Amino acid sequence: MKATATVQLAEVTEHPMESILRMDRIPHIWCPTCGIGTALTAFAEALKKIETPLEKVCVVSGIGCTGRVAGYIKLDSFHSTHGRAIPFATGLKLANPELKVVVFSGDGDIAGIGGNHFIHAARRNMDIVVLCVNNFVYAMTGGQVAATTPLTANTSTSPYGNFENPFSLPQLAESCGAVYVARWTALHVRRLTRSMTEAMNKKGFSFIEIICPCSTLYSRRNKLGTGLDLMKFYHDNSVIKHGADTREMAIEFQKKIIVGKFIDRERPTFLDAHNDWLRKRLKDKFVAYGGPQC
Amino acid sequence: MKADPKGVLTGEHYLDGDHACAEGAIAAGCRFLAGYPITPSTEMAERVSERFPQVGGIFIQMEDEMGSMAAVVGAAWGGAKAMTVTSGPGFSLMMENIGLAAMLETPCVVVNVQRGGPSTGLPTLPGQADMMQARWGSHGDYEIIAVSPNSPQECFEMVIKAANLSEKYRVPVMVMTDECVGHMTEKVIIPKADQIELYPRRYTKLPPEEYLPFKAGKDLVPEMVKAGDGYKIHVTGLTHDEKGYPVMSWEVQEKLVRRLVEKIRLHADELEDIEETQMEDAEVVIFSYGISSRVCIPALQKARKEGLKVGLLRPIVCWPFPEKKIKELSRKVKAFVVVEMNYGQLFYEVERCVAGKTKTLLVPHGGGWVHDPEDIYNAIKEAVK
Repeated sequence: MKATATVQLAEVTEHPMESILRMDRIPHIWCPTCGIGTALTAFAEALKKIETPLEKVCVVSGIGCTGRVAGYIKLDSFHSTHGRAIPFATGLKLANPELKVVVFSGDGDIAGIGGNHFIHAARRNMDIVVLCVNNFVYAMTGGQVAATTPLTANTSTSPYGNFENPFSLPQLAESCGAVYVARWTALHVRRLTRSMTEAMNKKGFSFIEIICPCSTLYSRRNKLGTGLDLMKFYHDNSVIKHGADTREMAIEFQKKIIVGKFIDRERPTFLDAHNDWLRKRLKDKFVAYGGPQC
Repeated sequence: MKADPKGVLTGEHYLDGDHACAEGAIAAGCRFLAGYPITPSTEMAERVSERFPQVGGIFIQMEDEMGSMAAVVGAAWGGAKAMTVTSGPGFSLMMENIGLAAMLETPCVVVNVQRGGPSTGLPTLPGQADMMQARWGSHGDYEIIAVSPNSPQECFEMVIKAANLSEKYRVPVMVMTDECVGHMTEKVIIPKADQIELYPRRYTKLPPEEYLPFKAGKDLVPEMVKAGDGYKIHVTGLTHDEKGYPVMSWEVQEKLVRRLVEKIRLHADELEDIEETQMEDAEVVIFSYGISSRVCIPALQKARKEGLKVGLLRPIVCWPFPEKKIKELSRKVKAFVVVEMNYGQLFYEVERCVAGKTKTLLVPHGGGWVHDPEDIYNAIKEAVK
């Protein structure tokens, strides 16, 4: 007699992220073991916990692997030009201060070509959230050296190893005036989600660096193993140090990575300073911006 | 829709072109301007920074012109009527996001107070050598609209016109003025708000489930929404379909780029805006715009006194180029004399339209000062030979 077994499968009605993702654009373009998907998952989770209603949350991306986030997220989402996500977001936010504007882009976009916009938005305390996925290379174009590549690391345009000193992004963000600065790796999913929630619930320029594996380019070239090996590396080498001095967390090639929430402070935002100052100077002549005019 | 009277300084004023541009922007309902200081355009930003806090506007001085233009595009999607102002070197930097604005079909206005170039060139002196850049400056195929005022009064009017056209066609519109017009002070009459007609943004009435952000009707211009309206749109500078989603195929490229180009080309006739001076019996047509067109008047008068049948054709809308008009005239007149402050830009468009049917002469000028009317007069004499 033939044995028959019935396997009871749980009825799958919906992917847990379906309400947040543009399912008609899945599958995405990211490589297996890429960390961007993890960062996006954390973001989707964080969105469930924020105060702003989702129709008022916008995502702006620049160009590159992480730049593709805007295309997968089911919010008003803008895939702008290389390096200009932050000024685009600046215009969007000022045109409609009701919006919660999140810039989700890569290190090349934010710290390389868009570095000038980054420091000025932080200086002004523009009320936006900047989520920067740092995979240490320009990945979309084939893994070229970046402003964040650790010294000695091999990339397709530093084939003998990188000799340029990289930016330490938390230090840069803090010194320019960001009110919230954190760094996590793609391993720290729950902590990253919590940080994203905090950043989105905070007023002012909030910055989170997300260290992500790029196993296709960065780790293959540097013989760092598979995606799993990288997760293990993050596990063994991340040091959680909330409130750490951002001057002491530069990333060195395959050394300890300081993670945590480093800065959480208050400063008037660009728009608050604009309104308060001009009201003080112009008195009843001052007319505050009344939201979208068209 | 009429202008908001709160922003309109109705009355007679004595203003330079840059300040008149600022008043035009305010009258047009612009309440967001992102800019970066650059001679000879700065006075517009200065006036805006003084006036905006009194009319509910936000002026932000960005870190550079790439940021300024990106902020303008972002602000337009946030629901603001957004503008920027610059001159040659800044215009070059804006090209990246002017391309984005064209691709995202974003209504916005760029005022370019032209100075002598190339590079840093002549910051405090005029030029008209950015005319081709206005049309072709960003990479890829697209169309824009450009207007060219020749007086402070027209600066006021043309900024309003530019804003209206940008809303109607959903394109960046360039106001191509120059240092002379920008720094020239003349009487500017600002009408009452109810005499200023504004073109409202073309928002959709469709519900989110039926709306496709880049699906256009007969006039090829899609309806818009703004961020925060609950439509959860995706907008990308990548080649995209009607839904706004990126598609890397020649078919979608063909459909999109063809529409971006044709939405302006198909409306070239209705966009035509030309001022004609003594053109009724003209056998020689001077073709000139901006400050150069004003220098043509004494040359025209001198030639007329000598019985030469000369007229002046001044395109107020330079892009799209008034092709039909030039083609028509080329069958009737003896010659075109093109007067512009460059070594041939719109001249080549005139030549293209004339296609050898009649004589074409260029009176070039490298910029830095206006033409000597005598040179224009001599070209007229040459033309009638």
